[in-house]
Amino acid sequence: MKSASEIAEQVRSGASSAAAELDAALDVVRARNEELNVFLYVDEPGARAQADRIDEAVSRGDWVGPLAGVPIALKDNLCQEGVPTTCSSRILEGWRPPYSATVIERLLLAGAVPVGKTNLDEFAMGSSTETSAFGPTRNPLDPSRVPGGSSGGSAAAVAAGMTPISLGSDTGGSIRQPAALCGLVGVKPTYGLVSRYGLIAFASSLDQIGPFARNVTDAALLLETVAGHDPMDSTSLPEPSPDLVSHVNDGVAGKRIGYVPELVDGADEAIIASVRAAIEVLTEAGAQIVELSIPELRLGLSAYYLIAPAEASSNLARYDGVRYGLRINADDVAAMNEATRTAGFGAEVKRRIMLGTYALSAGYYDAYYGQALKVRTQMIDAFKRAYREVDLLIGATTPSVAFPFGSKTKDPMTMYLSDVFTIPTNLAGEAALSVPFGTGEAGLPVGVQLLGPGRSEAQLFAAARVLERAQGEP
Amino acid sequence: MTIPENWETVIGLEVHTELKTTTKMFCGCANAFGSEPNTNICPVCLGLPGSLPVLNERAVDLAMAIGIALHCTIAPSTFHRKNYFYPDMPKDFQISQYDLPINSRGYLDLRDGTRVSIERAHLEEDTGKSTHLGGSGRLHGADRSLVDYNRSGVPLVEIVSGPDIRSSAQAKLYASELRAILIATGASDGRMEEGSMRIDANVSVRRVGDELGTRCEIKNLNSLRSLQRAIDYEALRQVELLVEGGVVRQETRHWDEILGETSTMRTKEEAEDYRYFREPDLVDLAPDQAWQERVRASLPPMPAERRAALIARLETPSEAQLDAVETVIDLGLDPMVHAALDAGVESSLALARAANELAAGVDSLHNLTGEAFAATLAMEQRGELSATQAKSVLGELLASGGDPRAVASEKGFEQLSTDSLGATVASLIDQYPDEWARYLEGDDKLAQFFIGQVMKQTRGQANGKSVIAELQARR
Repeated sequence: MKSASEIAEQVRSGASSAAAELDAALDVVRARNEELNVFLYVDEPGARAQADRIDEAVSRGDWVGPLAGVPIALKDNLCQEGVPTTCSSRILEGWRPPYSATVIERLLLAGAVPVGKTNLDEFAMGSSTETSAFGPTRNPLDPSRVPGGSSGGSAAAVAAGMTPISLGSDTGGSIRQPAALCGLVGVKPTYGLVSRYGLIAFASSLDQIGPFARNVTDAALLLETVAGHDPMDSTSLPEPSPDLVSHVNDGVAGKRIGYVPELVDGADEAIIASVRAAIEVLTEAGAQIVELSIPELRLGLSAYYLIAPAEASSNLARYDGVRYGLRINADDVAAMNEATRTAGFGAEVKRRIMLGTYALSAGYYDAYYGQALKVRTQMIDAFKRAYREVDLLIGATTPSVAFPFGSKTKDPMTMYLSDVFTIPTNLAGEAALSVPFGTGEAGLPVGVQLLGPGRSEAQLFAAARVLERAQGEP
Repeated sequence: MTIPENWETVIGLEVHTELKTTTKMFCGCANAFGSEPNTNICPVCLGLPGSLPVLNERAVDLAMAIGIALHCTIAPSTFHRKNYFYPDMPKDFQISQYDLPINSRGYLDLRDGTRVSIERAHLEEDTGKSTHLGGSGRLHGADRSLVDYNRSGVPLVEIVSGPDIRSSAQAKLYASELRAILIATGASDGRMEEGSMRIDANVSVRRVGDELGTRCEIKNLNSLRSLQRAIDYEALRQVELLVEGGVVRQETRHWDEILGETSTMRTKEEAEDYRYFREPDLVDLAPDQAWQERVRASLPPMPAERRAALIARLETPSEAQLDAVETVIDLGLDPMVHAALDAGVESSLALARAANELAAGVDSLHNLTGEAFAATLAMEQRGELSATQAKSVLGELLASGGDPRAVASEKGFEQLSTDSLGATVASLIDQYPDEWARYLEGDDKLAQFFIGQVMKQTRGQANGKSVIAELQARR
């Protein structure tokens, strides 16, 4: 399978064409989508038009971008003009946004070819795609297991070889966890590095768009393409996109990396072993590893399950049947709102809206939401202290490898625990990635998580690349 | 009907004013009144999934201008979400300021000498506008509801006074003074009839000397007359209730303009829990000293100062003149009056023409210069134009600008006052020799007869004083 960089190179040089690459991608989609349920919508006419535009530009000798002719899959919570966008929810079924997300505008400009919209947990609330209103996505490596979530569709698209790269969003681990479960590189960039304009909000202070790829360089290339200041997003960092690809081979010589026991606590033995093996590789490459306990990380999960639902309860209020999406008519407006929301949202979304509404209510705010904000501040301070001592941190991405369908759906808490290692980074607004390293139960891939302070993406990619090369990736 | 002597009304006002920005608060859509419904809209002000707000810098300028004019402290502030469901609010939350408003702790001095404290003047976004068809014309019981989102996301400043107002007349005084300030700062056009300034009144009553009573909030008063009537009604309702041994329930009440009554909208128990929390899509708003100074330096003199400056030029002003001064200050016509006074026009004439003719044409004031206004009035004062002619010239100048002499001569006014008036009088003398003879003999009543005849022939275009002068010259 060709990498995104190879495809772009061949399309630019004329050795391949955007149309041919699209055909190859669509062949895989046609062969496997029914079984895996990766794409909710394939935008073949739109993709063809974009591929033709790229090929014509190449034939005229015009500039084509860094992702020229590269097929890409998009999580279905990214708005694309004229293309159905559902967040895997009945409440948005049939809605076609009249505008495109900033990341999609940038992808089109860079020559990428969006193939379609991928399945997710409803409104990105879940860790397995099992809460999707349109059925779960299957893990291409073992279709009896989940691909992880919430960006499970975008992970599966790449793992199944449908597209070399994809975009997901990560609110508490929704890119890193499925990347780990599908054997991919997945990145949660620094909060504000990538514009959220056009990303349908789950929890605004935590959401961040990021890449999936089969290798580190492709992930860096995709992130570099979509990152950088956007005047449409007030929380967007003020600077242009950083140079990432040019630094992937910088190595880790002289870097101090902290091994965090709290980030492997309770993980499968094989996963802990993978983290240890990764540490050895990094040490051999010249990094200095120190053990660094950050007890505050244990508070992350509970703070997250107050802050994220609180923001969600407000962000999802607009799905009221008045302007777009589903409407269930009733006697008056309030009854129509209620009937629409009752019919349109799934159980997990309702659970979180109720949790969040409760946490913000008069008389409970201080005890719940207010307290969670204090914990969040502690988390930020704890990371700051850690990054005064080390450049990066290392731990596991997930406590287990890809799990079978239904194994964590009975009790929401067991599912929430899937994100215990990834959540702290979102609360702190910092950067982290998952890189495949070693295997666990049933030979399934294990993700090692590398974490860094804000704007440390280049260092994270360089460290991940050291691990990737140790496993034979050229 | 007013409340008994030993009772006192306590009033605090919340005034919402739309800011006169070119674009909306969080997007680039036009902030315009009167457009076709749902034409000034985009993903942001429609609250479409995925859209994000970006704060309009000009709205911050204008909010600070209001704060400075009201002697407020400007402090670093934040935005919150006020969560509740309503069809004309596209995100089902309103972005507003909560515990940290941009302006706080100021005051407004009324003309009667009262100082009303200003608790806060904060930024927030407006909602869309619903029209309910059928039923009572309100949301409940309507057959169909239409929503226009043109107003959604228009920047507002909500100015909250302390409970320092003691009568409906004083409330009106406060509202009109505030309105004049808003117009002077350029923050708002103050048009209550277009909804660009809306008032909620918190009203309670007490026996003089008692603690504050329980208050009711009367919503959406959109004229000064409604404000005054609603407060009077509500105060009397509360006093009657208390005198009969009842209690006032804290609640929100609706003012019915036609019935002239307030009625319960929702009680305190039914009040929404707005679940305020920090708006995560916006960053803190902390205008630095330089920005604040820039706004301060750009502010023109405020109404109180301008009023004092104008009154200082009047010798023992009459009530009518003081009323005219209010109109002139409210509408920002004082530069015109000053120009006329500078040119030697009498103050009563300058005030009368400004408070009547200019006030009526205030929308096209940009066509008229102070010089042209002064010159027209000077011509009237010298008798070169009659009152009717002067008004006509002013009307023309307001409509299309120009030079007053040219306009007067175009209308044939100037000629009339010199050459043709003489000719008209001469022909009348020929026509009415007996009357002329009696006038020559000293019967001054005949002067009125000849003036009447001149007016008749010139269809009122002649100047009375000039006719008398012409008659006397021939006597």
